[in-house]
This record gives sequence, C-alpha cells and structure tokens, in this order.
Amino acid sequence: MLIRKNPNGIDLPFPSEITPREVYEGRRAFLAKVAASAVVGSSLWEMATREAFAQGTVQKLPATRNPAFSTNEKQTSFDDATHYNNFYEFGTDKADPAANAHTLKTRPWTVQIEGEVKKPQTIDLDRLVKLAPLEERIYRLRCVEGWSMVIPWVGYSLSSLIRQVEPTSNAKYIEFTSLADRSQMPGVKSRVLEWPYVEGLRMDEAMHPLTLLTVGMYGQVLPNQNGAPVRIVVPWKYGFKSAKSIVKIRFLREQPRTAWNGIAPDEYGFYSNVNPNVDHPRWSQATERRIGEGGLFTPKRKTLLFNGYNEVASLYTGMDLKKLY
Amino acid sequence: MAFNPTPTQFKALKAVLFMLALLPFLRMAWLTAAGVPVDPVEFLTHGSGDWALYLLCATLAVTPLRRLTGWNWLVRLRRMVGLFTFFYAFMHFMTFLWFDHFFDVAAMWKDVLKRPFITVGFAAFVLLIPLAATSTNGMIKRLGRNWARLHKVIYAIAPLAILHYWWMKAGKHNFEQPIVWGSIVGVLLLLRVWWSLSRPRTEKRVTTASVRS
Repeated sequence: MLIRKNPNGIDLPFPSEITPREVYEGRRAFLAKVAASAVVGSSLWEMATREAFAQGTVQKLPATRNPAFSTNEKQTSFDDATHYNNFYEFGTDKADPAANAHTLKTRPWTVQIEGEVKKPQTIDLDRLVKLAPLEERIYRLRCVEGWSMVIPWVGYSLSSLIRQVEPTSNAKYIEFTSLADRSQMPGVKSRVLEWPYVEGLRMDEAMHPLTLLTVGMYGQVLPNQNGAPVRIVVPWKYGFKSAKSIVKIRFLREQPRTAWNGIAPDEYGFYSNVNPNVDHPRWSQATERRIGEGGLFTPKRKTLLFNGYNEVASLYTGMDLKKLY
Repeated sequence: MAFNPTPTQFKALKAVLFMLALLPFLRMAWLTAAGVPVDPVEFLTHGSGDWALYLLCATLAVTPLRRLTGWNWLVRLRRMVGLFTFFYAFMHFMTFLWFDHFFDVAAMWKDVLKRPFITVGFAAFVLLIPLAATSTNGMIKRLGRNWARLHKVIYAIAPLAILHYWWMKAGKHNFEQPIVWGSIVGVLLLLRVWWSLSRPRTEKRVTTASVRS
C-alpha cells in the first residue's frame, strides 16, 4: 500500500525522508484505519498527504551544506524571506503571496519534461526530490526592483536532472512553465502578465553548477509563497528569472518568449544578469537595499556584476551585456 | 441638504479632519519606528505617494462638492487639505532624496533628468511649492486676483501626478490603481470644464471672490 507506481512504472517509496516521523506515522495509522474500513480509493493517499500539509507542519529536508556554493553573509530572516516577495500568481503586492498562497496544492505534483530531449517524461515530485543528493546553498538574491536577500536554499544542480533526461544536440534553450491555475491562484485572474508564467535559460546557463533546482529553503520544504514545490534559483540573474512552482520543462532550439521579456522587452531582458552598469529604464541598478540589514538610515550596498558570482563571467565572453541585458 | 455648521461645529469638524489627515503619517511613522515594514524605504515611498494623491483628489473635490451640495463652508476646509497634500508630497520627495539617495543630489538630478516618470513626479512636487508657500492669509491678500490664477496650477499638477503614478506602474503592467485614480482626477477636472463652458461670465467673478474667502 505504501509503494505506488506512476505511469512510467517507477517505484515511488513513501516520502518519509521529507516528512517528519510523527506526521508520517500518524498518516500511517490513519491509512490503516481507513483501509480497515475497506474504502481504499486511489485518492486516499493524496488526501492523507494533503491533511499533513494542511496542519502546517514544518517539513524538514535533510541536506548537506555545500560551502563551495555558499556565502557567510548574514542570512535574511525566514519571516522576511517568506512574507516579502513577488509571486504575481497570488497578487501583485509583496505581502500577497504569503497571504494567498495557502490555497496552492503542492501534492500530488508532476513536472512534464519534453521537447528536444531523448527521454521525455513526467516526473513525480517525490522522484524529483530524490534524483540527486540535496544540498544547502546560501545564495544572494537580487531582485530587479533594487532589493536583495541572502537565502539558504535546498536543492541540487539543475544539471543533474538535465543529464538524466538527455537533451539532444538541438537543445539550445530550456524553458520553465509555472502553474497557472485560477482556482488555486487568485492573481491569475488579473491581466498583469500573460499566463502561464514562462522563464528560460540558455543551455549552458542551465547546466552551470550554480543553477539550482530548488525544493526547500531554511532547511525545510519550500513554503507555497516561495514557489513550492519546485522552483529554479539562478543567483547571478535578477529574481524573476527563477521560475516558481514549475509544472513543465521544455528543451528548445530557439530562445523562448519569456513572461517579462515578452511583455516589456525594454525593461526586462532575456538574460537579465545582475549588472550595476545597466540601468533599468526607471531606476538605477548600481545599488541595492539588503532586506533586514539596518533600517532607513543604512546606506544601500553597491550591486556587484553577476551579483558577485564571477564564475559565470565566461558564459558571456564576447557578448555585449549592455545590448543583451 | 442645507447644512450650515455653527462656528463650534465647524471647529470640531476641522479638528477631526486634521486628525484624519495626519493619521496616515502617524501610522507610517509608528510602524517604521517599530521595524514592521520589511522594506521601510519602499513602505514610506509608496505610503506617502499614495496619500499625497488621495489628498490631492480631496482638494480637487471641494469645489464640485460645494456646487452639488450648496455647502459653501466646505471651501474653508480646502486650505488644510491642500497643505496636507503638500505635506505628503514633501514626505514622498524627502524619502526619495534622503533614504533612497542619501542626499546625493547629483545622483538625484541624474534620476530626475533621465527617467521620465521621476521627471513628471518631481515637476508636480516643485509646482506644489508656490501653492503651499502662498497659502497664508497675508499672501492671499497680497496676491489679490493673482492668487486664484496661481492656484489654477493645481490643474496641471493633478495630471502630472497621475502620469507619474501611471508610468511607475507601467513596467509591471499593473494599471488597476492608476485607472481608478486617473478616472477620479479626470471626472473632477472635466466637471470644471463643463461648468466653465455652461455658465455666464459674470458668475465667474463671484466665484473668484468667494475662493478667497
């Protein structure tokens, strides 16, 4: 009963690794009870899982810190990082995601992988989480709006997933599609963006070890408002490049039309590398406010090229980053 | 609908209005001091800008309200509402100059000149200064008829403020609020155009005189 098979025939062990013992044991007792009453439907497992999530239990994620990809800078408080962010599917105000994202159902969840790839498939979340060992990486996050945070993410290099699905030599770009479900996401009714939210990377950017397939933060499962259950984090690019709540990954020959770039190409480039020398048309990008660092009277920090991740510079040799911003 | 407050009632009304208009400032100051907003600079910038706009609309609403209700005493509240508009606009500008630019005037000018949305916002603020400066009884007397002429600048300030708001939201395609407040300003200004076209010249002079009361 605890082992299910998905359409691809891959065994899915019970996700006890990402669930606290008492929760899954409680669920087991619950399942046993219902099973005893001989009403075992296929939705039962999901129901039970949802129950555990609805209780708001903190779901710990086992991860080993990777110091090679971490910073010692002071981390943003969990409260600020989860109550001040943009996730337009839940509203345009930065307090909206935390207020509205509880309606998002993150189980069951699958990610469809298609396009220029030898092994197109639909991956179940539990399998996705186990595809590679989870690492904790403390990254700087720079929002295009001029603020920044330091967040300990949990995940593994996106390249681990990409290698397993074997993109063909035609795959030059990768495109991420976020969930856009009106019934769970009140912001999708608005017309501020074309839904679903789409973001993309060039293949070499996606393969860079820094690009993180992310399933957690602060040692626990991603809160809904931060892009649960699976998102991308690309720390040398402005935050909006890091797609949240991903349901589809496509490998493409051509550069995809991404959400912000499509709607306001003069303001949001496809690359959107953090760059203090390229202003946003409506504000300077030379400095940033580190959230939670001091207060009103604390001077802003100087923004660093590639958000300080100089190891990615070689990806852009020969490119005019003022034109290809 | 005829309502004429007694001097005591009027005083009380004015005091209540003063407190109401001050409340947003007190709230912002209190929350910021308590460290509640995650990004205090954004919080103060948006809060002060929003309230400058709301009070600008309230100022512009006085004349139409007065005409529709016949409550001529409303005009005696207008100076205070107008000054509060300037107060919040000043706070908006100071947040920009102080907490966003840390008094780096060169960087501020660069922003003002380079970015149209800041240019129009800055222009609206600068145009408010002479209006605020000439709000005293002495200045009203000294300027005579020119006072009313000068204060017509508000008809330019209001569209500039809306344009500033519109452009600020344009990058994120978030037009809900600009449409709401743009429509309000539009109606308040169009009413004046309508009335000015449909009334005889002699009446105009009477109104000008009463404006100064």
